[in-house]
Amino acid sequence: MPEAATTLDVREASAQARVIEIKGDITAASEDVLMDAYGRASGPGVKAVVLDFTGLDYMNSGGIGLLVTLLVRAQRQKQRVLAFGLSDHYAQIFELTRLDEAVSIHDSEEDALAAAGAS
Amino acid sequence: MSTEQPTHEQQAAARDATSWAKSVSRLNVAEVPEGAVNINVEGKRLASPIQGFGKMWQKTYQVRLPQERVSATDLIATWKARFPDFWPEGNAFYGPLTGIEPGDVALLNMALPGKMKLSTGVMVLYADDESFTLMTPQGHMFAGWITFSALERDGETVAQAQVLMRASDPIFELGLTMGGHKQEDRFWNQTLASLAAHFDHDCEVDTKVVCVDKKRQWSKWRNIWHSSAIRSTLYMVGAPGRALKRLFVRDRAVA
Repeated sequence: MPEAATTLDVREASAQARVIEIKGDITAASEDVLMDAYGRASGPGVKAVVLDFTGLDYMNSGGIGLLVTLLVRAQRQKQRVLAFGLSDHYAQIFELTRLDEAVSIHDSEEDALAAAGAS
Repeated sequence: MSTEQPTHEQQAAARDATSWAKSVSRLNVAEVPEGAVNINVEGKRLASPIQGFGKMWQKTYQVRLPQERVSATDLIATWKARFPDFWPEGNAFYGPLTGIEPGDVALLNMALPGKMKLSTGVMVLYADDESFTLMTPQGHMFAGWITFSALERDGETVAQAQVLMRASDPIFELGLTMGGHKQEDRFWNQTLASLAAHFDHDCEVDTKVVCVDKKRQWSKWRNIWHSSAIRSTLYMVGAPGRALKRLFVRDRAVA
């Protein structure tokens, strides 16, 4: 089996919003990199964390579990979690697992930032 | 003949196509096996930890087996094929005979203190060669999922069951606080010990419990409406009445 490569880059989209660009796989093995990325994204004044799934190759149920944990951490900081760039398949997985009830899904980064009131 | 290896992206897409359950809005039980009770599964929605009421917990149970005895993929294949066999006595898992496949719905009869039986179920959310995940419906004792996985590390095959959950409603939260968590720990400890014993290995089960979120989601207290505990109790209490009714109907048919 090939090595699962996950790269997470964090960038400032506005004073109140950070975007986490996900590239590669999200599985249970991604816990450290995902939580590290969230730590870099989260800071004073950050009200929204936007997950960019455009570069996502693969996600299993362990990855969905990590997103739930990330969501809890964000809620503790009173931050919203939004997402864009999900393929139809993963948008359905969000629906199936009812993650879409807590993470709002958008077509583009602009839409997500506008929904967060941070564009 | 082409000898081109599939790219990582192609392999990922292929895994995806077969590993996840198809999207469903409500659960449907295709067949109710003899002995199973389908009062808390049919028509229910799935419930993730986001929809639960209680504190959020991540519980991890692990056993380590010598890798020469079983590989990770063989262990998962065996676990999927014989899943109910490893459960502690008194609990029943009524799944398809073919094993664990994404989208399968299984009915459960769980043993509770006081000879009570809890009728509930699970859906197979995800399954591949290295792991599988069961997700609970509304009314189950907890909202969340359990992922069973295996990996090879330092000459050992590590088998793991990991639960990510919140109690579904205030009654289950109280029950978990008053001994339910210990009972659940015992359940998975026995299951993993049985799994290891199947491969002729006797070992301790490592248990790690982390409270991911100490806050209760009070807005979800209405989940109590779906409580499988209440519905199972009412079903048991109504058993004599149903038996009498069946007798009456049969007598009338004979007359």
